[in-house]
Formats: sequence, structure tokens, C-alpha cells
Amino acid sequence: MTYEILLAGFGGQGVLFAGKLLAYCALFEGKEISWLPSYGPEMRGGKCNCSVCISDEPIGSPKVLEPDLLVALNGPSFEAFLPTVKPGGKVFADSSLIDAACDRTDIDCYMVPATQMADDNNLQKGANIILLGKLLSETGLFSPETVRKALEKNTPASRAHTIDNNMRAIQLGMDYQ
Amino acid sequence: MEKVLMKGNEALAEAAIRAGCKCFFGYPITPQTELSEYLSKQMPKRGGVFLQAESEVAAINMVLGAAATGTRVMTSSSSPGVSLKSEGISYIAGSDVPALIINVQRGGPGLGGIQPSQADYWQATKGLGHGDFHLIILAPNSVQEVVNLVSKAFELGETYRTPVMLLSDGLLGQMMEPVAFPDIQANEADKSGWAADGTKMARPHHIVNSLYIEANDLEEIVRRRYERYAKIEETETMAECYLTDDAEIVVTAFGATSRIVKSAVNKARAEGIKVGMFRPITLWPFPKKELNTACANAKAVLSVEMSMGQMIDDVKLALNCKLPVSFYGRTGGVIPTPNEVLDEIRKLNGGAQ
Repeated sequence: MTYEILLAGFGGQGVLFAGKLLAYCALFEGKEISWLPSYGPEMRGGKCNCSVCISDEPIGSPKVLEPDLLVALNGPSFEAFLPTVKPGGKVFADSSLIDAACDRTDIDCYMVPATQMADDNNLQKGANIILLGKLLSETGLFSPETVRKALEKNTPASRAHTIDNNMRAIQLGMDYQ
Repeated sequence: MEKVLMKGNEALAEAAIRAGCKCFFGYPITPQTELSEYLSKQMPKRGGVFLQAESEVAAINMVLGAAATGTRVMTSSSSPGVSLKSEGISYIAGSDVPALIINVQRGGPGLGGIQPSQADYWQATKGLGHGDFHLIILAPNSVQEVVNLVSKAFELGETYRTPVMLLSDGLLGQMMEPVAFPDIQANEADKSGWAADGTKMARPHHIVNSLYIEANDLEEIVRRRYERYAKIEETETMAECYLTDDAEIVVTAFGATSRIVKSAVNKARAEGIKVGMFRPITLWPFPKKELNTACANAKAVLSVEMSMGQMIDDVKLALNCKLPVSFYGRTGGVIPTPNEVLDEIRKLNGGAQ
């Protein structure tokens, strides 16, 4: 089984970090993985996306052009990449920041008010992780325990307190209906 | 062996330290920066020297100085920075000292862009500076192969007393993949016959130099160097053949582009097209024999590159006009897609029937 995942938004939203968590979860399960960032010279605010391939086979092209799973964190990426999703694919989008609706019937689109949920739960900047939680509950790709391991691996000691908050964000996303 | 996720640039840096690299001199440039950033943190902790020079020109001349003492040394840059270093690289080659030079290529010419490119193929294989010389050019296509080739690069350089270039690109440098670090130390060659590492008043001076005023002397030095090149060409070529045994179409690609081509070849095979891929791992020396073997059943060859077509020259020369060679490429930082390559393969397949 191969999953081609595209995460997209603007710089500063944690696009690359969310992709890295998925990549680490796959690493713990012994999968073949590639993680490829694409961004401009801006520190934040520029267009940013991240291709993650997870497979049992060696990975050829690491650039995801027709994702099985799309995580869209803002309007421009939702509009740009929605048409590229494979039929039967799944989309996870932050409806707090996206006005457009999904106009495709051959895919499953989950609109989650992630930014609003993050603000309501004192989890500022946690929208990326909330959407990741929704992705995990709809795909069953990885367990919350594996995500916690990935978080521990990717959080420096000085930021260790963020692990519990991020796990709370995962749970919020998983529980959102 | 435990695998970790690392960017190509970081993995290259870690592999260099493990291979016994003691000095790094460089100047920052995108998309190479993670490499020098990693070394700036690690080198001082692990018995090495990291120095950010005032310019690329200064950095490459520091490399020459360290190399002259027989110290394992490297520098890294990206395309415009490598151009600045070319004078020093020629001096290093002319001084017959080993050094590792990394080029994480970006789009050019000029300042170009910061996205991946392979448009420095000609520069690397044919024109890294003035004068009669070559560098050994290694072109990995995965983060694991980057790691495996770094120790090999140091060994080759010391065995043949030549600078070696590892030709990466923005895609390979920025991409994370699982990687394991095999527990091998790169063998160190005997440098006692030439290294300028102090006479201790016990031997004559070793002079490391690239200036020979007498024409006959210079010719002799260059000829001896070319004898070493002949041996390198004979024994050190490396290539990967993928599904070429029965291939009627052979696609040639190196580095990151070969990943895209592999995906396209798999798609074409699923359509029943007899296609394979040939990937040179040494760009100089170019694996000519291996290419001819891979093309034993081929009717057509396609060179795919992230450039306007540079390696295609070597493909044509190696095949000696025996087969038609066509080209497909994207440049300026645009990455070709597997479907674009598949279309080219389909066209050739239609034409061959």
C-alpha cells in the first residue's frame, strides 16, 4: 500500500512539522518514506507545501502531484490542490480559513474549523495538529501512541510541555464529527 | 541497524564527520545551508574545525591549504558559489591533493533560483576550472546513497590524489528519507610521501605547488596525472541498471531525476512497454561500457535531465552514434513529472514499432 500525502498552507502554520510527524510515525512502523518540502525564501507567510510518501515499496518520485490525502490549511492551497486529489481520496481542510466548498463528489472532503477549535481550546497554532487528528481517525493510518512517540522525537527538551498540548489537539481532531 | 529520518544535506554532513573529515571551510548558500549548519554545530564537538570564510574564494583556498597538509577536508556550496570556487578547484587539481567538494545544485545561470537543478553537469564533468584536469564526480540519488558515497569519495580522492565532487541538488538536499549509518571508517591512504605536515627536521621539505615554469616539466606532470585518470576510468566507474535486460527503450538519468524516471518506467512497464533505466553514479568517469551493455537490446535512448540537455552529450559519445538519442528535460528549478517522462516513452515506443 502506498499513501501519497500533500500538506499545504502558508509558512508558519506548521505544514512541514505536520508532515514530519507523519513521516516519523511511518519510520516507527518500518515503512519506506520520503518527505519533501517546497517553500520560497520568506521566513513566514509564503506559499509552503510538503510531500510525504509512505509505502511498503521503495519510493520513486518523492514529489506528490496527485495526492491520496490532502491537508489544506488555507484557501489558496485548497483551491490549488483540490482538483489534483486522486478519485477516492480524502481531503482535510481548515474551514475557519477556507470559504470555498468542495465541488467534487468522487472524494471525501472533511471541513474542520481547526483554527477556531484551536483558539477555543487555548491551543493557538494547533490547527495543523487538529487536522492531523482528523486524518488519523478517518484513515486509521497511525495510532495516537505512535503520534506521541513521533512528537517526543521531534520536540526539543525546552519545549517538552507542548507534547501534551499537541496530543490534546490530536484528540480534538479525532473526536470532531 | 537503526534508521533515522534526515535531510540529504544533514545526512551528508554526518557521514562526512563519520568518515573522518577534520576540516570544513565554506560560505552559506541556499539550498545547501543545512549542511554547513549541521557541521557548525557538530564539528567543534567532535574534534573538527568548522570555519565560515569571508567568501567562497577564501573558503576554497583554505581547503587547498588544509589538503596540502594531508588533512581530510571538505567544502560545500551551491551552483553560483561553485563557480566562484572554480579557480581554487583548478589549483587543488594542479597541486595533486585530495579534497571533497559538494555542489547542491540550484537553477542557473547567474544567481538563477533556489529550486533544484542539474544544469551544472557540464561544469562538473568538463569545466570546473582552467587547465587539463578532471574531478571524480559522484551523483547519488537517495539520502542513503549520499551517505554511502561520502566515505567512498574521501577514499577515491586520497587513492588518486585528486579532488572529488559529490554532485547533489536541491531536491536531494532538502528531502528527508530513512537512513542508516554503516559502521565503516573510510580507509586513509599513506600521505607521508607528499603531505606538507612538518619535516620535524628529519626529512626534506614537501612542496605542494601548481606552478611549473618549464613547459616540459608541466607537460610531464599533466601526463602523469592523466595516467592516473586512465586508471580511474578503467576501474572506478559505477552505474545502476534498472530493468534494462530486455529493454527496447533505455532512459538515462542521474541523481534526483532518476527517481522520477524510475516511477515513469514502472508506469510504462505496466502498459507493457519494454523500457528500462540506466543511471550513471560516476558522471566522470562516465560508465560507457556499462551503458553499452544496458543498451544491448535497445532501439532508442532517452536522456532525461533537469537542464536543457547536458549529460545527453556523454550518452551520445558513449554510444558512438549507434542508437538515436532524444532528450526531455525541465530547467530553472522545475522538476519533471513521471507523467511527462511517460509521455516521452510512449512517443518513442510508437515510433519504434
